[in-house]
Amino acid sequence: MAKLTRDDVLKLSKLARISLSDEEVDEFTDELSTILGYVEQLDSVDVIGLSPTNQVTGLTNVMREDEVKDYGYAPLDLLKDVPQVQDNQIKVKRMIG
Amino acid sequence: MATWEPISVIAEKVRGGELKAVDLVEQSLKAIEEAEDYRAVIAVTADRARERAKAIDVKPKGRLAGVPFIAKDNFLVFGAETTAASNILKGFNAPYQSTAIEKLEAEGAICVAKANLDAFAHGSSTENSDFFTTKNPADPTRVPGGSSGGSAAAAALGLAPFALGTDTGGSIRLPASFTGTVGYKPTYGLVSRSGVVAMASSLDVIGPLARTVEDAALVLDVMAGKDELDSTTIDRDPINYFPLTINDSLAGKRIGIIKEYMGEGLQPGVKQQIEQAVQKIKQAGAEVVEISLPSLPLALAVYYILCPAEVSSNLSRYDGQRYGYTYAEAKDLDESYMLSREKGFGKEAKRRIMIGTYVLSSGYYDAYYKKAQTVRTKLINEFNEAFATVDLLLGPTAPEVAFKIGENTEDPLKMYLTDIMTVAVNLAGVPAISIPCGTSDNLPVGLQLIAPQRADRALLEAAKAAEGVLA
Repeated sequence: MAKLTRDDVLKLSKLARISLSDEEVDEFTDELSTILGYVEQLDSVDVIGLSPTNQVTGLTNVMREDEVKDYGYAPLDLLKDVPQVQDNQIKVKRMIG
Repeated sequence: MATWEPISVIAEKVRGGELKAVDLVEQSLKAIEEAEDYRAVIAVTADRARERAKAIDVKPKGRLAGVPFIAKDNFLVFGAETTAASNILKGFNAPYQSTAIEKLEAEGAICVAKANLDAFAHGSSTENSDFFTTKNPADPTRVPGGSSGGSAAAAALGLAPFALGTDTGGSIRLPASFTGTVGYKPTYGLVSRSGVVAMASSLDVIGPLARTVEDAALVLDVMAGKDELDSTTIDRDPINYFPLTINDSLAGKRIGIIKEYMGEGLQPGVKQQIEQAVQKIKQAGAEVVEISLPSLPLALAVYYILCPAEVSSNLSRYDGQRYGYTYAEAKDLDESYMLSREKGFGKEAKRRIMIGTYVLSSGYYDAYYKKAQTVRTKLINEFNEAFATVDLLLGPTAPEVAFKIGENTEDPLKMYLTDIMTVAVNLAGVPAISIPCGTSDNLPVGLQLIAPQRADRALLEAAKAAEGVLA
């Protein structure tokens, strides 16, 4: 059974880009171990000869013409929910110190 | 509790000038205000609704002319914020509307409010809403189910003639069961999800919550069909989903009662109601046989690998940069991601992102994600084998009636188990419906009917016939 450690959870929090409080790290260490323990019942299931299911519609290669369509949205309307905008661009914090 | 005529009748009367859209909107807004204590609704779209109603009354047309409805707050709708009941999207004003909303509006329907949900639709009770918990109209000390709990409560309270929900692992059917309403989960791909907050894209569908099967069918009929903005959409049935013919819809039908759903873990009161329903369905001429899908007990484990995996991927877009909450004091981009997401996401979203990140991470992908996808194939094969011998499958929607607010919040795994009878349907992409089926301890019980992929019309007809004999 998967027994996660605090370090595992801290590593996941970095991968997922979510800081966690000490309390959350403790909680998730226990809870994730329990939940992963539950899903490990799949380990013993015989799936010889079966392929994974990636989708259920049976649709393949849904294509459209490569053409510009005007949906009538002004760029400024689409930017109205952006926290920081400068010159019609999304502004972010510096990436490297 | 407000009552409404059948949706098709309301629309006909609006078209004929006998009813006014403006009055219907006021009736709905008044009902919402009076039922405030149930906390079904996050926000009303009153101004826009009133404007639209006035315009519709000038020249009433459409199959849903003047019919008010309530959308789960994960649908992009004009006139109010779209939050998905999450702090990270608080303050978000959609720049465009969901295709489903556009289609309903094109037929004259009017959105009056946004319904509460478990944040990002993660949950079975609405207790994971970052804002508040919705109360069950049948007993306000109990949950309405989730994640479309606000929509189900709205339908049960008659706040509008119908509400919209989304169903990834049972989020329409479970709250329908807990509140005594009708909840329809269409075949995967039948309704466009463009403009709906994505949860687990290989499982998510949109559907109606209503008071009757007929009302649900009409709403589905308006929403169904291909959409160039959602490349997973499939063609609609050449025969429409409304109106339904119910002549002998149960006579001669072969219905399989699912053995795995009738055994251990099923509340005796729920079992009794389902067994009584089976008797009535038999009396209506259907042949009911017991059928086994041996892998069904594995469905929840498959779901709780695939769903968090897809959630962790879909929720990566909430990064604090493009929309939604941002932690302004962060010193660089990475810290902005880390802290915006820490403060913006609630506990369940974080929990699912963490599980998803784990099962997709290098070294674990094959053991968890790929294995789950392969067991999913096994399950789909069993559904196909079952539907080779029966027309429909039948069972309870949930193993229990609505539980008390707070009863399961300390134990995430126990909460997940609420979905044990609904998730398999999403994994297989087949349509299913929950219809009211009596009560146990005065709390509603839901009967679930399941059909093969794309057999939505046949399912709705059988459900309407069953609704008739169960009433």
